[in-house]
This record gives sequence, structure tokens and C-alpha cells, in this order.
Amino acid sequence: MSNKQTGAPTPPHGGKAKSMKPKNSKKTFLRLVGYFKPYIVTLIIVAVCIIVAAEANVYGTAQIETLVDSHITPMLVNGSSPEAWAGFGKAIGKMALVYGIGIICMYLNARLMVNVSTGILNDIRKQMFAKMQKLPIRYFDKHTHGEIMSRYTNDTDSMREMVSQSIPQILNSGFRVISVLVMMIILSPMLTLVAIIMLFLMVLVVKAIGKRSSAYYKTRQAALGKANGYIEEMTEGQKVVKVFCRESKVETEFGKINDDLRRAEAGANTWASMLMPLMGNLSYIHYTITAILGTLMIIAAASGNYISLLTLTAGQLITFLQYTRNFAQPITMLSQQFNSILSALAGAERIFEMLDEEPEVDEGRVTLVNARLDADGTLAECAERTHIWAWKRPAWIETIQNADGSFGSLEHPMELIRVRGDVRFKDVTFSYDGEKIVLDDISLYAKPGQKIAFVGSTGAGKTTITNLLNRFYDIQEGEITYDGIKLTDIRKDDLRRSLSMVLQDTHLFTGTVRDNIRYGKADATDDDIIQAAKLANADSFIRHLPNGYDTMIENDGENLSQGQRQLLAIARAAVADPPVIVLDEATSSIDTRTEALIEKGMDELMDGRTVFVIAHRLSTVRNSNAIMVLEHGKIIERGDHDDLMRAKGRYYQLYTGAFELS
Amino acid sequence: MLKKIIPAVKGYIKPSIGASIMILIEGTLEILIPFMMTKLIAEGLNTETPNINAIIRIGGIMLIMAFAALAAGMACARFASIAGTGFACNLRNMLFKKIQGFSFANIDKFSTASLITRLTTDVSNMQMLFVMCIRMLVRNFVIMVAAFIFAAAINLQLSLVFAIAIPLLVFVMWIVVSNAYPLFEKMLNKLDLMNARVQENLISIRVVKAFVRGDYETVTFNESADALKRAQVRAEKIVAWMNPLTQLIFYAAMIAVCFFGGKLIVGGSMNVADLSGFLAYIGQILSSVMMLSAIFATFIMTRASQKRIVEVLDERTDIDDSDITEDIPVIDGSVEFRSVNFSYSKNPDNLTLSDVSFSVKPGETIGIVGGTGSAKTTLVQLIPRLYDVLDGSILVGGRDVRQYKLNTLRDSVAMVLQTNLLFSGTIEDNLRWGNETATMEQIEAACRAAQAHDFIMHFPNGYQTDLGQGGVNLSGGQKQRLCIARALLKSPKVVILDDSTSACDTATDAAIRHALRTELKGTTTFIIAQRIASVLDADRVIIVDDGRIMAMDTPQNLLETNEIFREIYESQTKGSVA
Repeated sequence: MSNKQTGAPTPPHGGKAKSMKPKNSKKTFLRLVGYFKPYIVTLIIVAVCIIVAAEANVYGTAQIETLVDSHITPMLVNGSSPEAWAGFGKAIGKMALVYGIGIICMYLNARLMVNVSTGILNDIRKQMFAKMQKLPIRYFDKHTHGEIMSRYTNDTDSMREMVSQSIPQILNSGFRVISVLVMMIILSPMLTLVAIIMLFLMVLVVKAIGKRSSAYYKTRQAALGKANGYIEEMTEGQKVVKVFCRESKVETEFGKINDDLRRAEAGANTWASMLMPLMGNLSYIHYTITAILGTLMIIAAASGNYISLLTLTAGQLITFLQYTRNFAQPITMLSQQFNSILSALAGAERIFEMLDEEPEVDEGRVTLVNARLDADGTLAECAERTHIWAWKRPAWIETIQNADGSFGSLEHPMELIRVRGDVRFKDVTFSYDGEKIVLDDISLYAKPGQKIAFVGSTGAGKTTITNLLNRFYDIQEGEITYDGIKLTDIRKDDLRRSLSMVLQDTHLFTGTVRDNIRYGKADATDDDIIQAAKLANADSFIRHLPNGYDTMIENDGENLSQGQRQLLAIARAAVADPPVIVLDEATSSIDTRTEALIEKGMDELMDGRTVFVIAHRLSTVRNSNAIMVLEHGKIIERGDHDDLMRAKGRYYQLYTGAFELS
Repeated sequence: MLKKIIPAVKGYIKPSIGASIMILIEGTLEILIPFMMTKLIAEGLNTETPNINAIIRIGGIMLIMAFAALAAGMACARFASIAGTGFACNLRNMLFKKIQGFSFANIDKFSTASLITRLTTDVSNMQMLFVMCIRMLVRNFVIMVAAFIFAAAINLQLSLVFAIAIPLLVFVMWIVVSNAYPLFEKMLNKLDLMNARVQENLISIRVVKAFVRGDYETVTFNESADALKRAQVRAEKIVAWMNPLTQLIFYAAMIAVCFFGGKLIVGGSMNVADLSGFLAYIGQILSSVMMLSAIFATFIMTRASQKRIVEVLDERTDIDDSDITEDIPVIDGSVEFRSVNFSYSKNPDNLTLSDVSFSVKPGETIGIVGGTGSAKTTLVQLIPRLYDVLDGSILVGGRDVRQYKLNTLRDSVAMVLQTNLLFSGTIEDNLRWGNETATMEQIEAACRAAQAHDFIMHFPNGYQTDLGQGGVNLSGGQKQRLCIARALLKSPKVVILDDSTSACDTATDAAIRHALRTELKGTTTFIIAQRIASVLDADRVIIVDDGRIMAMDTPQNLLETNEIFREIYESQTKGSVA
């Protein structure tokens, strides 16, 4: 799990036992139904197919009775004749036809459902991802990666199962139960009554077992969580285990946890796996009772005790017995689907929760445009890249109070403001959670082209300042301006485009080295990329990679050293060519020799831009225009290196090693 | 492949067999019931003299059978659960034990994530397969055979229908599964790709947002989601044939039985009851054939899991001390490298260390410096025999490290790894890793030497402070100091600090070094450091470059004679007032 330094609080550790039950199944179900809308025509065809297939099954089976009672028995009594045989053949043909139609419908149903289930899943996935991109950083602070990942994996998986299997099966089973019931009533109301009593009994059994197994399920989940946690921790710490010769100790401990898991699992699995044999054998009991009652009824009818409700022929009994078996099957299936539907709904609920999250707010209207300086010194917007940017504030109307106290309006025309990189914080106070103040009444300014450094312990609020600058979070009090424009007036995307960040944890994407550098600027030419790489002193190591700039980077750049990854991240920031650069511990993993080598490139990169630097290593920040020493969210010292050394305060202590940065 | 996995049944053979027997009983009874039913109708509904007694007698037997089947079915569920979970438990233990025996080289070969998957997901897959086998394999096989025999007993001619239907069914299922399987593999591949993309976006969400690439990422994701969808449709399209085709065979068999059965009845060689019994067997036989095929399909589908588990069980542990019979103690902290060559890939053409020779007297403090990737860590990891040398030898206490029992050697050579990993539990629990039986005084002494005592006492619970997984509520410097204290508790002859004070301030760093020097006199100390100040007071410094020892001398001499050392020194002290 990543627990990296982001300036923000990290989400709680460890996997919470996920709930199996949805909180509001009805609402969730209805919303899920909404996703079926685009497939409504297909679904109607599917429903028809399901009904026809179920009916065909029932009706086809009913033909057995006709065969026996109207064809075979008469032939036994009256002797066979070619006509009788022809009738028999016709009846068989009819049966084949009915079954044939059933099979065609079955296939159509299965085939069409593939389109529906993959389609719906695809829709949901895309929606989730698009939404994820719009969520504020705050959301990612509150939820672990594992948690969000499981929306894409476990939760969509259980939903897929529900859409592609459970729902068609429920429809199918439901129809079958109902049609079998109808046929049963037609054949013998009396025996149907027995079937209904049996059905009632089965429902009771399912309920009782469900109750027990869900109690066991909880203990099992807890034991599983514990075992998996231990496995994870010890596997990650395997080398420490070896160095301390703890192998046998760890083994014994795992043995205990493993055994607890075994016991808990055995309990839970017993109940879960009892359902099938119980249902199946209840159906056999039902079958037997029906057989006994049926034969008795036949005898009763034959001996002249004629009661219309109880009449039964041998053919009818055989068919009815077949129905009792057909009856049990879908009911067992239904009872099995029940759990998977509940867990799918719980998954769907979690997905919907994510889809319902508030997206990042952006009310900014000021945009970033390329500009050129005309001969008379005025700015003009242009399409091509000129290395001059301007903020474009659209025409707007300001409500003002006139001298006489009445309100009037002042029309501002569209204006272009040259982007210079002038950043000011005025009395900024900020807290991540609304309780613990992280930045307390911070004021600072960075003039265009200045290098501003932040120094302080972990948690002092260094990274938070940069997080506010690109509006990963919004301030609660005070004001931040950028070239005189309120930060909140600038469209977020444009604000971020005007800043380049090199973060402490360098993250790279699957793709070529070239792609990764181009990440800074989508339309960068290959030449731009090589220029940027040279600037970051990354060019030489890239050329030494097996495929140079086309070398694939996989798994967050695991084939590169941490230092090389940081160089790539610097190149990525360089190619963006922005007016403001934020370097958050950008060179922490580069050894001092290499750092000295890239110093020239870094200087070139920083030249003419406003730069914010956060660094642990004080040699990196020495030449800044201003150094801010942060402690507990306050700036306790500020000035350039010489000022601060003279002041003999905290910076001096840090620099001379008398104080530890943690 | 299964030969390696089957021993996991040990201790659970009885419930495994019990489950199979119980389900066999259940299955047999389930076949007998329709058979009894035909008797019931035949005897009870005897056209001349209806026999109520026969109905009650046979019906009673049927009822007893049904209840017995119920009991057997439930007993089977219980046995199978015990056996299945026991099997999984054993398998996990086997794997865990094997992994505990792994050397560093073995550990490097498997990634942590893959080992975790093997211990969790793969084991549950095997558990599922195992339970399926004990519950279904025997049962369905017996049912298939028995139902076939009973059907044949009713009417041999008619049972020829099965001779066509069963092979046909197996054939159809084989065709479907074998066509679908590779497509499903492709689909899973696409799914992995898509999930990897999501994961990457989660990890790098700040980068994505900072560079305003959300829309681009969404487009890329949609492409991979669509690719997944297409692969899924391709695979599931084939599976869609499965049910209709098997049902077709089932229906065809029914019709054939009705047709030929009708003829036989009219011809007088069969009666109506036989027909209904026969029809019941069709369902049983064909569904057991399907179940058997399902087991086979699961077997195929879990092949990857089987392979991954066996891979771990088969892994040859490459450092082993079982052949060392005499447990000789390490007498002192002298260390000597004699023309050591080392390669992670055991390839003489790809050496990480080449021709390393040096010797260190007991009690000396040795600094090691060098650029990233120069093999400093590799060098020291050979001392406690975390890896074996390719050529040459390493002597600790005057004896080749390969002559010691591993536990003895590693208890005498304490190494603080770069990854300062602590485990869940209290601070004291973690420290006790170094010495299970240490007294509180010893623990405190070690912590004082590692400059950890003071900050520990600042926690409200002191040594009883609970560290979450990975020790989340400590700063990097604090974690490093705890790791050092943990190692010191071993009272070792040799201490190795691999960049272990990088997150501590220079004052703390110096205090730790001072404590090591004064309190652990006679203990040989190796210090790998990025910070040049950390090695300036060492007795001697080794400069490593590209797997070779460039120089080994006192720091004072090196400042005069060694270019690299001077360069590093200057880059780090430039402009410093200290």
C-alpha cells in the first residue's frame, strides 16, 4: 500500500471487512435497472426467449403424458394400426418441434445476454473512470488504492455475474417454477397442494441456513483478513525475517493463525455447502410422497371412489413426477442466486457511491492562451506557441456601489494579462480535515523569476503550500493570487498547465520513455523531448537503455533506478515549459555527484521562471532568493541563505546539523 | 504436477474419504429412488389387483431412502468442508514454510505480490478444485455408471441411446471449452491491462491532475475498456453455445427414448413404468457427465494456480546449512574477503562484485562509500551469507561463512537493512526480534545506544506503543533508530549499517556512531553512508566503484590520495560553516 508523502493525511491502513449486504437494496436495484435502458429492445427479445424456452421445456415434458395416455395406452388396449403409429409419430414430431424452438430461444437468450452484460459493464467502467478523473484529491486521501481498485475488480465482477447470470437465471427459474406450477394444477390440484407445502418448507430451510451461514461468514472474513494481513506483512518483511533468524518463530505464529482460519472456514463452508444437498433431497422426499399419494389416488379412482379433484391416470402421475423434479431445480437455483444478488447489489451500491461523489469544483473563467507581443507592446492572442502566455479574462460585469449609494454595474472588457509567475499568499490558513490547522496565517510572495525554498520537518506544511498552489485543495481563509488574479478565478486546467510539478515520488506510466516525457506536453515534438531530456541530464542514460527513447517503461518504472526516474520526471516538467515550476524533493534520490552534474540543467530550467523548491538536502536550496523555514504550519524564519545563517536561528541549526528534520 | 500438492491432504484423509462415501451413498439412493418408483407403480398399480400394501411398503422404503440421502448429503457437506479447509490450511503451511527457507536469491526471484497471490488466491483455487473432486468426482462417476446399469437393466436396447448421447455430449463440451479457453485467457490479459491502467492512475493521480491529462487518460482507458469488451464478447459468444447444445442432446435423448420406448411398450417388451424410470435416468446420466466435464474444465482453468504453487514448492533453496553438523560459534569480529566474485545471476560474465579482497580486524569501524549502484549493499550482504559468493571466500572469525550454521552466523553478524521495516505489534515486540529473552535493561541499553530511548519515552505508552502495519506513526529517522536498536540487541560481533541513519540528523548520526564506538568495543562495524561525515571518523574507508574496490585507507589519507572521495567530500561540505 502506498504511504507516500503527499502532504495530506493518509487513509486508514488495512482492508476493512467488506459488507456483503447492501444498505438500500431497492434503491440500488432501481438505479441498476436504469443501466439496462439502452438495451431495452434486446432485453425484450431476451425475455420472450426466456419465456418461450421455459414454456417449451414444460410443454415438451407435458407431451410425454400425451404420448403415454393418448397413443401408447390406446395401442396397448386396441392394438396398433398404421394410423395409430402415424399419430404417435406426429406426437413425437410435435415434441421435437417444441424442444427445438426452446433450444433456439435458449441460444438467442444466451447470445444476446452477452451483448447486454458486456455492454452494461463497459458503460459502468467508463463512467467510473471518467468520474474518477474528476474527483478531487481529497477523495483519494480518504480512500486507499486497494479500496478504489476493488470497485473496478470485485464490485464490477459481482455485478457482471449478476447481470449476465443471476438475472437471466432468476427470470428463467421464475418462469419455470410458475409454468410448472400451472401445469401441475391442471394435472392434479391435490398433488399440487403437496408441492406448495414442500415449497414453503424449502423457503424456510433456505432462510434458516442463510441466517446461520451469514453469522459464520463474518467470523470467516475476520479470520481471512487476519491471515492475509499476516501473509502480506511477513512476505514483505521476508528479508528482515531472514536477517533475524525468525523463520521458525514466524512459522509457528502463522501456523496458529492459519489454523484459526481453517476452523472458521470449515464452519462457514459447512453451512454454505449444505444448501444444495438439503434442497435436492427435500425434492426427493417430495417426489416419494407424490409417488405414494399418486398411486393411492389412482387406485382410489379405479375402485370407483370417484372424487373429481383426486382423479389421476398413470400417465398423469408419471408426468407429474417429472414435474416435481423440474420444480426443485429452479428453486435450488433461485436460492443460490439470492446471495450473489445481495453481494452484487452491495457492490453496485459502492460503485454508485463513487459515481455520486462531488467532483472537483471549478468556477474559474480565466483561461491560459498563447500570446504575442505586438510592435506597440500590446498583447495579442495567437494560436501558435510563442513561449509567451497570457491570462485571458473574458468580459465581465462588476456590480459596484455608486457614490450616491445606488448600485450600478461596471462593464469590464475582455483583457489579456501577461503570465509572469507572480504568486502571492495573503493570510492563508488551511486545514485538511477542518480541525487540525496545517497552514496558519501564511503570507508570502514570489516575484517572477525568483526561487523560493521551503524547509521544515515532515508535516510542517511544505507540500501543502504547493498543493494549494495548483488547487489540489482549496484554502479556507485568506487569498492566493497569480499575476494579480485570484486563484479561484482561473480555470483549474489552465492553472495547472501554467505550473509544472516534479514530485518526490516519481510516478511513470506504462509506455515508452518518449511517451513519458511527452506527458508534460501532449504536442511536444521529438526534438522538444530530446532537448528536455538533455536539460535534465537524462539524455545520456536514456541512450544507454536497450531501445533508447523507445524503451518501454513498465510497472511505474521498476526497471529504472529511483535517480533515473527523477531525472525523467524533471525532463517531463521541462518539456511543459511553464512559467512556474514546483520541485518537491525532486532530487532527493539523486546522489550528490549526479546532482552536481544536473545542476547546470536545473539552473537552465529554472532560469526566468518562478520556482518553488522543497528539499531535505539544504545544499539544494542554498542559492534561493528566499528560504522559508516552516514549523507547525507557520513560517518561523525567512530570508536568503546568508541572512538566515547570520540570524543563527533554526536554519542555522539545521545547516550545522544540530537539529534533525524528520 | 499434482504430486507436489497432494501431500496437503495429510491429516484430512478420513474426512476426504468420508465426504466421497457420503456423497456416494446420497448419489446411490438418488438413483434407487426412481427405480423404486417404477416398482411402486408397477406393483401398486397392477392392472388386475391394485396392491395398497405394496404401495405402502415400497413407498415407505422410498421415504426412508430419501431421508437417508438427506442425512448423507448433509454429512458430506460437513466432511467436505473439514477436508477442504484442512487441505487449504496444509497447503498454505507448506508454502509458508518453504518461503521461510528461501534465501535472498530465492526471494528476489519471486516478487512479493506474486508470493502473496500464491499463498492466497492460488490456494483458494486449489481448495475449490479439491472440494469439487471429493464431492463430485466419485459421485458423478458412480451415478453415471450406476444409472447406466439400471437403465440397461430396464431395457438394454433402449440404453443404446446413451452410447450415442454420452460421447456426443463429451465431444460437444470439449469443443466448446477448448475453443473458449484461449479466448478467456486473452480476455483476462486484457482485463489485467485495463486494471493496470487504473492502478497506475490511482498511484499517479497527482501527476495526472498536475499535467491536466485527465481527458487523455479517460480516452486511453476507454480504449482498453473497449478492447476488453470485445475480447469478452468473443469468449462468451462461444460459451453461449454450451447450454443450448447440451440441452439439445438431452432433449434428443428424451425424444429417442420416447419414440423407441413407445414402440417397445406397444411391442410388449416394456411397460409404461419402465419408460418413466428410464426418462429419469436420462437426466441423471447426462447431468453427471456434465458435472464430470465441469470438474475437468475447472482443472484446466486452475492450471495456472497449480503451476504457480508447484513453482514455489519446487524452488531449490540455494543456501542451506543442513549439511553442517557442527555448530561452531563465531569467535571474533574479524572479516576477510578473499578474491570474491559475485553475480546475482550466477553468471561469471555479469559480475556485480569482482575480485574483492580486504581484511578487517575485530573492533574496527569501516566506512563504505560509492555511487548509487556501485554494489556497496551487495558487498556487505555477503558477510552474513545472505547470498553466496560465486568465487573466492569470505571469512568471519577466521572461518569460511559456509562452515557456520546460518542462525549462528546471522546472530553474530547483525545487519540493518536499507528498508527499515517494522512489524505490527508494540515497540518492545519489535525490539525483541533481536533477542527474545532480553531483559528490559538490555533493551533500554540498546535503545540508548541507537539514540531511540528518548523518543520512545516521549510516547504515552513508551515501549508498549503499538505500531500499525509498517510502523506508520513513526518518522523515517525514528524507524531507522529502532531498526538499529533491534540489531544491537543481538549483541553481535559484527554490525552492518546499510545507509541506516540517512533520515537522522547529523548530530544523532554522530551520537549513534559514538555509542557504537564506546559501548560496543570489540564489535566490528561496517557503515555504508551517502553522507561523507558519517565515515570521516571511521578507522578505514572502502571506496567501491562499479563492483570493485577502488581504495581502502584511512579517511585522512583518502582525502589526499583519492579523487572520488575528495569530490564527494567537497560537494557535500561546500559552503558549510561546520
